[in-house]
Amino acid sequence: MEQLKTIGRELAMGSQGGFGQSKEFLDLVKSIGEARSKAEEDRIVLSEIDILKRRLLEPDVPKRKMKEYIIRLVYIEMLGHDASFGYIHAVKMTHDDNLLLKRTGYLAVTLFLNEDHDLIILIVNTIQKDLRSDNYLVVCAALNAICRLINEETIPAVLPQVVELLNHQKEAVRKKAIMALHRFHRKSPSSVSHLISNFRKRLCDNDPGVMGATLCPLFDLISEDVNSYKDLVSSFVSILKQVTERRLPKSYDYHSMPAPFIQIKLLKILALLGSGDKNASEIMSMVLGDLFRKCDSSTNIGNAILYECIRCISCILPNPKLLEAAADAISKFLKSDSHNLKYMGIDGLGRLIKISPDIAEQHQLAVIDCLEDPDDTLKRKTFELLYKMTKSSNVEVIVDRMIDYMISINDNHYKTEIASRCVELAEQFAPSNQWFIQIMNKVFEHAGDLVNIKVAHNLMRLIAEGFGEDDDDADSKLRLSAVESYLQLISEPKLPSLFLQVISWVLGEYGTADGKYSASYISGKLCDVADAYSSDETVKGYAVSALMKIYAFEIASGRKVDVLPECQSLIEELLASHSTDLQQRAYELQALLALDARAVETIIPLDASCEDIEVDKELSFLNGYIQQAIESGSQPYISERERLGMFETTDYHSQDHHEVPSHALRFEAYELPKPSVPPQASTELVPVPEPSYYSESHQPISTSLVSERESSEIKLRLDGVKQKWGRPSYQSTTSASSTTQQAPNGTTSHSDAGVGSSSSKPRSSYEPKKPEIDPEKQRLAASLFGGSSSSRTDKKSSSSGHKSAKGTVNKPATIPKEIPTPVQPPPDLLDLGEPTATTISTMDPFKELEGLMDSSSQDGGSTDVMGLYSDTAPVATTTSVDSLLSELSDSSKGNSHTYQSQTSKGPNTKEALEKDALVRQMGVNPTSQNPTLFKDLLG
Amino acid sequence: MIKAVMMMNTQGKPRLAKFYDYMPVEKQQELIRGVFSVLSSRPENVSNFLEIDSLFGVDSRLVYKHYATLYFVLVFDGSENELAMLDLIQVLVETLDKCFSNVCELDIVFNYSKMHAVLDEIVFGGQVLETSSAEVMKAVEEISK
Repeated sequence: MEQLKTIGRELAMGSQGGFGQSKEFLDLVKSIGEARSKAEEDRIVLSEIDILKRRLLEPDVPKRKMKEYIIRLVYIEMLGHDASFGYIHAVKMTHDDNLLLKRTGYLAVTLFLNEDHDLIILIVNTIQKDLRSDNYLVVCAALNAICRLINEETIPAVLPQVVELLNHQKEAVRKKAIMALHRFHRKSPSSVSHLISNFRKRLCDNDPGVMGATLCPLFDLISEDVNSYKDLVSSFVSILKQVTERRLPKSYDYHSMPAPFIQIKLLKILALLGSGDKNASEIMSMVLGDLFRKCDSSTNIGNAILYECIRCISCILPNPKLLEAAADAISKFLKSDSHNLKYMGIDGLGRLIKISPDIAEQHQLAVIDCLEDPDDTLKRKTFELLYKMTKSSNVEVIVDRMIDYMISINDNHYKTEIASRCVELAEQFAPSNQWFIQIMNKVFEHAGDLVNIKVAHNLMRLIAEGFGEDDDDADSKLRLSAVESYLQLISEPKLPSLFLQVISWVLGEYGTADGKYSASYISGKLCDVADAYSSDETVKGYAVSALMKIYAFEIASGRKVDVLPECQSLIEELLASHSTDLQQRAYELQALLALDARAVETIIPLDASCEDIEVDKELSFLNGYIQQAIESGSQPYISERERLGMFETTDYHSQDHHEVPSHALRFEAYELPKPSVPPQASTELVPVPEPSYYSESHQPISTSLVSERESSEIKLRLDGVKQKWGRPSYQSTTSASSTTQQAPNGTTSHSDAGVGSSSSKPRSSYEPKKPEIDPEKQRLAASLFGGSSSSRTDKKSSSSGHKSAKGTVNKPATIPKEIPTPVQPPPDLLDLGEPTATTISTMDPFKELEGLMDSSSQDGGSTDVMGLYSDTAPVATTTSVDSLLSELSDSSKGNSHTYQSQTSKGPNTKEALEKDALVRQMGVNPTSQNPTLFKDLLG
Repeated sequence: MIKAVMMMNTQGKPRLAKFYDYMPVEKQQELIRGVFSVLSSRPENVSNFLEIDSLFGVDSRLVYKHYATLYFVLVFDGSENELAMLDLIQVLVETLDKCFSNVCELDIVFNYSKMHAVLDEIVFGGQVLETSSAEVMKAVEEISK
């Protein structure tokens, strides 16, 4: 603070020139800097607002003063206060003729207003005028403002001028015009869709800066639609080559790297174009290899390019040589002391591991170091990597680690994410049900309220259904262990609501099943839960239902039921509850206690949550009765609609229709409940009984019991699919799971493999940890990576099943690419020896495009490349290669040969060299526009 | 795309904030505070990167650099390279240093419009426009002639 003051004083005395501020502003900033509390700061700012309001109203404020006021307004708003009273003055200032004032006006306006603000309309006109200005600085200011102030509706007002500026003589203006067009494209792609060819054209601008700017919109366009830009692959490659060969002017160097930002953008674009495209991957592999050799890994920016290469290599079709280079680069990153580089290394590892799973092995210890690093960012990145490389052999270690970390952090956003990842991994790779339940308990305990409710339902179903194999013994053991763990946990304070619901349900269903615990013990615990969480109605509801089940099982087995006093008082309390749901449950429980064993057994059979319940919607069992009634003179059945109005209680399914009797007044709002029923049955992959629960429980006792069954009936509809936690399609946390089933060819068989191995394989092939006494890290490493090293061969098939299953979850579309790659090593990539390389370099798209540009100017200034094309070379449209470049090269004889030699594989060095010379000659040839890009070539 | 450029001092006072998509004033404040609370809890000698989905939405990263009393912060999405963004901060700081010869916190406060002029030459509409500080200087000098 002291230092600040002295500097402030110096400033006040000395540097007043140019951007000079008044004493007033200086004092304001200083006093805010010294404010000790937010309240004090607010007070200062509020008084400043008062001052400014008064000052702005004064007549004839000198412009210089006004400029300062506006800056002060901006400052106020940056501190979080409303400065809208002064917006209009900022707008006025944009009209000023003085450039500095105008810029200040534009600056304030872009900071204050959003594109839909009413005042924008006052600015559009000024912008239009400024875009036409002779002073390119004014034009730049206007272009800058456009990026923030123009919305979909106002784009047409300025679009023609911006397009015109693409040909402005100043490269700074061209650059900004391209960026502005890019911005328009982002805001409303349709408004500029007819202008996209301009981006292609500007790619061959004489100024490398303009070309670099063009890469930004092209990157966006290509990521939207890769296939329309495949023809540009060789152009991008050759630009990248030229950049790396330092053919750009020295002024583009940054820290002795040639135009690194352009290189990075190009690599990003190449990654998009090369993904899944053998031809494109081959073309770019050469230059990628060069980059690895040339990159200076001692500078930050050099590493940025290296990382981008790794990224690119992980996207294109695998090439063994490049992968090796990438792996080397990664190990350099990981060995570095810089956390930033380690971070990039871990990220790169996560990308490469998809292609060559073995690569992680050699970096085991580095990865574990990162996992234990105090740097949170690095830790999270490492967890992401672990998540990607999880398989059944290391799932236990990884998930344990994740849970430990989950417990240690407070950031709810990330907690949710890591919890859902734990659940996903546990569902996919769990070695045993016991373990799965343990993990789930931990997740619920520590992140319960952040977990998706479906996870809870899955857990309940798993406990109910058990292994799915016909091993009742194992199932009951599983349940017992669940019950035991829950009884231990239940007394912990402050459990999440969702977890308590699971606990209550399991205790109700299986608490007394083994006879280990008495009914009174369990019911006592359940009453405790209902007491302790008395504000949570859902938990209470679950607890009461659980009590009902416990008592029902007792009655059914013929034992005498002693209702605990606390339980009795709970029932009484709930009988008077404000919640109709709880009231209802209490009444049901009370009624049930009075029934005899036989009746109770039919109402709540033991362990029947998984039983199929057939609901006879036709009510055919009543046929005899109806027949009788009709015979004895009753009215026959008339129409369903009408009948619905009368027999409210029998058909619970049409409950929703009941509320809309045909003759009653109908308002639109009544329709709302309807849609809530069908989507549940049809779209939900894992049906959740919960939502329907409340509406059903408004029914009288008889139907509500049925409704409980009904909910389990929904559950059991899935049974036919035989889903278990071991299978990716089951997991419900990601929406991608539904696509798993839709994914074509092979995916289904893979996921089958996943099921087979997840339940049986882990136990057979899971390696016991080595007995030798290693340092702890090594042990951890072994458990994380060991699976892949020692028993890789026999695991390959099954673990690839896992991998693919996991891949499906992440991004289903890439599966077909990823799986075949290791099997067929691309032979052609290695063929790229010297001769081919020279052929590629002869294809100099810059020059070819330039040739076009020249002819286009002769052609009477037609701006449309494509149009120009069909004029000069009508044959082009018939050529099979639908590419701008190839068409272009058709127009000049020499080039067309080059193109052919590139497509036909056998490279002829001599011919290629000849053509190279020819093309170069043409490129640098006569016209006035001598591209700086190729200056070096001439010399 | 770059989503935001921020400069704040080590007490959390914003010195410059520019969002490349419109944000209401309250949201800006919330984000600045959020970013500051994350930054101030970071230990020394750790990486300069943060994944900041919780504040800026899916796939948001943040790169920061701590100079004397100031944090320089860039927020961007997956289409940018973290290390390169770190160098972009470097470019910005180098340029400011040339502009104000030994830039300090108060230079930034008192030369608000020049600051923005510099920034606008480096980042334009959320994209990197120029990375040579000499070129940026030239453009800014041209403007203030």
